[in-house]
Amino acid sequence: MKRLLLLLASALALQSCAPPAARNTGVYLLVDTSGSYNRNIGKAEQIALYTLTRLQSSDSIAVARIDTGSFTEKDIIAKATFDDRPSTANAQKRAFASRVEKFIDQSPPAAYTDITGGLLQAIEFLNEKHPARKEILILSDMKEELAKGYVRDVPLDFTGFDVVALNVTKLRSDNFDPRLYLNRLDEWRARVEKGGGHWRVINDLDHLDGLL
Amino acid sequence: MTLSNLLTITPWPALSAAILLLLLMAALYFARGTAHQLILAAAGALARGLRVAAYSVIRAQERLAARNRVVLLAAGRESKERLVEREFARVADTVRKDLAGYPDMHRRLSESIQRIEEDQENAAEVPPEAPGWAQAVKVVANLDARNAGADILSDIHKSMVKAHAEAMDDYRKASSERHALLRRMMPDWRAILETLGHVNKSVESVIGRSQAIDRHMEEYEAIVRGEDRAVSVLSSSSIVYFFVSALVLAVATAGTAVNFTLIARPMAEMVGGTNFIGAYRTADIAALVIIMVEISMGLFLMESLRITRLFPVIGALSDKIRVRMVIITFLILLLMASIEAGLAYMREVLLLDEMATNALLRGDASASLVNSHLWITTAAQMGMGFVLPFALVFVAIPLETFVHSLRTVVGLASTAVLQALALILRLLGNGFRHLGGLACRVYDLPLFVPLWIETRLLGGNGNGHATASAAVAAEPEAWKEARS
Repeated sequence: MKRLLLLLASALALQSCAPPAARNTGVYLLVDTSGSYNRNIGKAEQIALYTLTRLQSSDSIAVARIDTGSFTEKDIIAKATFDDRPSTANAQKRAFASRVEKFIDQSPPAAYTDITGGLLQAIEFLNEKHPARKEILILSDMKEELAKGYVRDVPLDFTGFDVVALNVTKLRSDNFDPRLYLNRLDEWRARVEKGGGHWRVINDLDHLDGLL
Repeated sequence: MTLSNLLTITPWPALSAAILLLLLMAALYFARGTAHQLILAAAGALARGLRVAAYSVIRAQERLAARNRVVLLAAGRESKERLVEREFARVADTVRKDLAGYPDMHRRLSESIQRIEEDQENAAEVPPEAPGWAQAVKVVANLDARNAGADILSDIHKSMVKAHAEAMDDYRKASSERHALLRRMMPDWRAILETLGHVNKSVESVIGRSQAIDRHMEEYEAIVRGEDRAVSVLSSSSIVYFFVSALVLAVATAGTAVNFTLIARPMAEMVGGTNFIGAYRTADIAALVIIMVEISMGLFLMESLRITRLFPVIGALSDKIRVRMVIITFLILLLMASIEAGLAYMREVLLLDEMATNALLRGDASASLVNSHLWITTAAQMGMGFVLPFALVFVAIPLETFVHSLRTVVGLASTAVLQALALILRLLGNGFRHLGGLACRVYDLPLFVPLWIETRLLGGNGNGHATASAAVAAEPEAWKEARS
């Protein structure tokens, strides 16, 4: 009996000393700055601010643009991992919001749309942060246009990721043939789910309650 | 072998069925005695087992009831001892207080009485002087000296009037002095009356206490004798104390929850908001630990003041160490209360900061406006943060009552459960016994034809009845065995 109690106490002590499981969230917001989508860039601020209100201490967030070549740290406009003290985290949120606002005001339109490169960068960033929950938000029409010489035919590992396409606008060509729009979304869904991720589309930005 | 195969032992299924039925009846008839014995033995074994179990449970219940009685009487005895001890302490205080003042009171009374005596002696009325002139006037009046007596009498009259006036003045002065002396006695009388009133009050108090002690002693003696009435009174008191203390503890728990809410958020600033120990946030655990430490300090304070007696070690400490302990625990509590007040203020600051940040992120300018009356809630939070630790100190009293009454209530509940269990086991035992008899009757039901034939054939010499009822007759024997 004594041995059993000793074992139980040891197990409890080990359990309490074990490194705690991660409970934080990592969010990577990709903003399409291509010519066809640049007029919607103002909505990026709305989403970024909403995301900030939902995040807590120790959560991570990054906002990056999608341009001709997006697989680079240079395209990350702002990134932060919030302090575990709530007051410091609030100050960080305010500073982050300020940086996003500045980017929205000064964002130049890009010639091409390298969504895959942005996703690769997002996966790399979030995997480095080791959050419990990984969210990639894409504010884009999801029409990828690669410049000559850019190879993006690489497998993407979305294991443990939630990929949310936001405000996927219809292009002029989609209006002529809606199958183009539907096929485009289906292709991205297939690609994300093939990589082990979970795919969602939210077009109504007034109802972002289920986003995070 | 299926039923359809069995029905093909003859070309006619009906005949096959009849043959099979006959064979079955024959088999059942010949195995009847053994089957009855088997059924009764099985039912008897089950019933016996259940009765033994019921007996054990009853024994356990009796032992538990006896233990509960002992515990209850011991608790009642201890409680009465405390009450009597307290009453004696009060009597001792009263007596000590009055006896300490008794020499002074006696001196004051003696002085007052002495003064009254002196004044009374001084106030004694002086008898008026005897008239010395009357005889002389008579003699002068009888003198035959023509008109010489009239002059003398006139002079005497004048002298007498003058002397009378002087005597009257003296008398009035003496009366005035006596009245003054009597007036001077009044405060002494009042002082004596007041002193005697105090004495009367003290004596009445002591008499009241002694009556209370007598009552407690009677109850104590009843408890010591272990009277059923005393046990019954103690049981009902324990149940009442249990529910009342549970109610107060529930209120205290709600107070603890409020206290926790006040300090949990600002604790995140101190220990971090995202650290976890197991499934719980470190900040929440830290807040809870602070509250638990406060409650512990409250317990120690109450123990040191000898209001509760949960820790005999503290109660047995010398008065000097106890007083030191009181001071130390009170200072720690004061420190904790001050920390809580600070944390409550910090909570408000953090809340405002968070509200302002969220308003900024939502683009809601109106939400970031600061209410001019916000200081009221801030002050209220700080006040609650400071007061609640001291309020939680008093949790020690209902906790002690709860712990003590819990033993009795759990004992009574366990006794009731054991009684119910014993009843169920006995009912089951009886049920199995009757089930055995019923199973024998059910066994005999399809054999009514051979049994009837047996009765008819062997009825003449009486053996048939004996054989038929052999198994049934064996039943009481089996039951005697089971009961034993």
